[in-house]
Amino acid sequence: MFFHIGRYTTMLSFLFVRPEKFSSYWNRLIEEIIQLGIKSLFMVVLMSAFMGAVLVIQTASAIESAWIPDYTVGFTVKQTLILEFCPTIISLILAGKVGSNIASELGTMRVTEQIDALEVMGVNSIGYLIGPKILGSLFIFPVLIMYSMFFGFLGGWALCFLTDIIPIEQYLMGIQSFSYENYEYIRYALIKTVFFAFIITSVSSYFGYYTSGGALEVGRQSTKAVVYSSILILMFNVLLTQLLLS
Amino acid sequence: MIEIKNISKSFSGVKVLDDVSFTFKKGQTNLIIGKSGSGKSVLTKCIVGLLEPDSGDIIFDGRSFRGIKTQGKKKIRKEIGMLFQAGALFDSLTVEENVAFPLKMFSELSTEEIADRTNFCLNRVDIINKNDLFPAEISGGMQKRVAIARAIAMNPKYLFCDEPNSGLDPVTAIVIDELIKEITEEFQMTTVVITHDMNSVLEIGENIMFIYEGKNYWVGDKDSILTTDVEELNNFVYVSKFLRQFKEKL
Ligand SMILES: Nc1ncnc2c1ncn2[C@@H]1O[C@H](COP(=O)(O)OP(=O)(O)OP(=O)(O)O)[C@@H](O)[C@H]1O
Ligand SMILES: [Mg+2]
Repeated sequence: MFFHIGRYTTMLSFLFVRPEKFSSYWNRLIEEIIQLGIKSLFMVVLMSAFMGAVLVIQTASAIESAWIPDYTVGFTVKQTLILEFCPTIISLILAGKVGSNIASELGTMRVTEQIDALEVMGVNSIGYLIGPKILGSLFIFPVLIMYSMFFGFLGGWALCFLTDIIPIEQYLMGIQSFSYENYEYIRYALIKTVFFAFIITSVSSYFGYYTSGGALEVGRQSTKAVVYSSILILMFNVLLTQLLLS
Repeated sequence: MIEIKNISKSFSGVKVLDDVSFTFKKGQTNLIIGKSGSGKSVLTKCIVGLLEPDSGDIIFDGRSFRGIKTQGKKKIRKEIGMLFQAGALFDSLTVEENVAFPLKMFSELSTEEIADRTNFCLNRVDIINKNDLFPAEISGGMQKRVAIARAIAMNPKYLFCDEPNSGLDPVTAIVIDELIKEITEEFQMTTVVITHDMNSVLEIGENIMFIYEGKNYWVGDKDSILTTDVEELNNFVYVSKFLRQFKEKL
């Protein structure tokens, strides 16, 4: 345990070594933003839309009471999406997709000696391979989460449009209610996302980078990457929520 | 010239290298030979700094490689070209990008100059019109040759080749051996070739070290290796019945 924390910290410290050539790091950064972010966009959008829709159904059936106005549904959906669903659940899903992708990519590079090849050339392999992943995710994950929020609302809206669970105007009214708080909540969600992005990419990179053995080990490490980043996300979620909302 | 002095290395208690010393000469193809598992790859990795030896020192032309700062290590590493046993090409990059990689990373050459140099190196190893393919799309032998092209791209002072011709047909194998010998002489590099192929030993072996159970067991050249009376080495050299008969006639 302490061994892992120590090695993880050492790994992170290598990220701050000055890069050999900025242009190649810049290209790597763009590459990673596309690989980690843009290629997850479709999945995020689709999941958020369905989730928004199902939240409307759930909430509407939970508060089926004459005393509570319909726009409460819209309001609740909004709160759920912004506060928990988009930052946390989508991050967990990204931990699965991006985390296993990173760990298996780096693990394969390790066992086929590609990382050794970089090191022998004199390239700081941690800075070159992992740096752009972390930096790219810190930048692109919040963007993904904003898309997720938007499409979550849209999913809910589409459901109201297609069914008659609650009137669309009521839904929209709920979404727009207490809008003075929205900024605060979105800011909070994005701060959480930045933390989660860091956890996902750095933890998965750690497990991938320090693979030893063969192809079998690559698979094991990528499972570990997903498990540990998910656990850490949920742990930090409690911590951050406590810190930020109190 | 690379001097290694008293290198020892163990993995979890098992001694893989035991007090190995040797001098690799400049402008020569220095060979490390030995059975599979005798510690050849581990020794090379210790020399280039991928593994930290438990004790001993490695000296590149008077510059000690152990106990120096990262910056100094980097400087020496930029003078090293290495061919890994399995090629270790970057699979996300094309053949051309692989060879161009060190050039883009470390040289101040323009894009055209890099392309020229890349093609020159690829021509040198007989890889033509494969520039845009990915490593997975070319044969194992070609991967090896591309890896050699990448290793020599930066005109290294020190060239390490871990089994450059395993997995190649005998004809290509000799071509690669000759190529390594040629560039070694041409650019006065210090070249270290690991092999367990007797063909290469007899073709290019100028300064040979035989590793046996992690020890430097014998040192010599391609002529003395045929007449040695070290039993372990004879068992390595004269493996087939045919060769043993040949030995008796010597
Ligand atoms: N990372 C490691 N951890 C533990 N043991 C290792 C490690 N690397 C190598 N070894 C052990 O060291 C010994 C020497 O391995 P090495 O790869 O140097 O052999 P080799 O001489 O290159 O063989 P080959 O000709 O088959 O490539 C082997 O017994 C191997 O099991
Ligand atoms: Mg080997």
